[in-house]
Amino acid sequence: MNKALASLLLASLLAAGCVSERVVLLPSADGRPGAVVVRDAGGEVRLDRPYAATRRSLGGNDAYQSSPEEVSERFGAALAARPPRPVSYVLYFEAGGNVLTAASQAALVDIRRKIAEQAASEVRIIGHTDRVGSVEGNDALSLKRAESLRDLLVESGVAADKLEAVGRGERDPLVPTADEVDEPKNRRVEIVVR
Amino acid sequence: MIRTHRLAVGLAAALASLLASPLALADDPAGMVKVSKGQVSIERAGARLPAAVGTPVLVSDRLRTGRDGSVGVTLRDNTLLSAGPNSLIVIDKFVFDKTTQEGAMSVHIRRGTLAVASGRIAKKTPESVDFHTPTSVLGVRGTEFVVEVEGDGDE
Repeated sequence: MNKALASLLLASLLAAGCVSERVVLLPSADGRPGAVVVRDAGGEVRLDRPYAATRRSLGGNDAYQSSPEEVSERFGAALAARPPRPVSYVLYFEAGGNVLTAASQAALVDIRRKIAEQAASEVRIIGHTDRVGSVEGNDALSLKRAESLRDLLVESGVAADKLEAVGRGERDPLVPTADEVDEPKNRRVEIVVR
Repeated sequence: MIRTHRLAVGLAAALASLLASPLALADDPAGMVKVSKGQVSIERAGARLPAAVGTPVLVSDRLRTGRDGSVGVTLRDNTLLSAGPNSLIVIDKFVFDKTTQEGAMSVHIRRGTLAVASGRIAKKTPESVDFHTPTSVLGVRGTEFVVEVEGDGDE
């Protein structure tokens, strides 16, 4: 009787298509709390602690607590294929123009090495300004700074098709200031190698 | 006859130039293959291409790994995607403005395993990022997670 019931249950599970799903929240690399919300026709499950997980059975998502062991067993290959994390460098400029400070010129050596070492690296060069001058003028200046960095990298042998220059003007200050404040930390170019 | 033909060519050219800018945006790659081990391919417009390191990944590409395969892709907003063996991952949507850092993305895990470290779009507008499994939709609040879909889903 029990056996018959079990085989009937198994048969109906097989007929349902055997799809099973699982979602596990991992601790984030930057230590900030994150969350994933898993929604289906029946409702939603919110995962907001490390290794909080859902498992799908009989048409619903059930919450459970996973572990580093389960994650490495089931997801080891996927995690091993994770691309290198993008690395961000910040270079600073002398006031008003597009001449790098001495320290930042030295940092360029590290950046070139990183670009060369990483397989299929791509580089986004983002220019920023302080709040001295107009918004439009700073858009142009930030792009000019990014482009001058791009040209410098191309001259030093980096393939131009890896590089993209972007100007963000005074929108994204590292140190928030009132308008027209000469803040050296905001006169910068961010180079992100991914 | 010739006149009609000319008119048609002229109209087609006008239409093409009208469409050129949004199309150029859509043609930007979503990302690039950074890690590729074993059997990995990209299915694009009915063709199957080898997914070697350095291959661009476009919107609506299907990434497929074989029994010994795994693949890692970095999207343009710095999202890291990596899939284990026997996986099928589809990039349904990816839009990213590098100047404003706004965008939207949608990725479908048909089967296999996928690890995700979310990027700039999830940081700026988390509501415009979602991941789909055959039964569920995952909303992301700036984070890292893994998804597994067992079964034989192929479409």
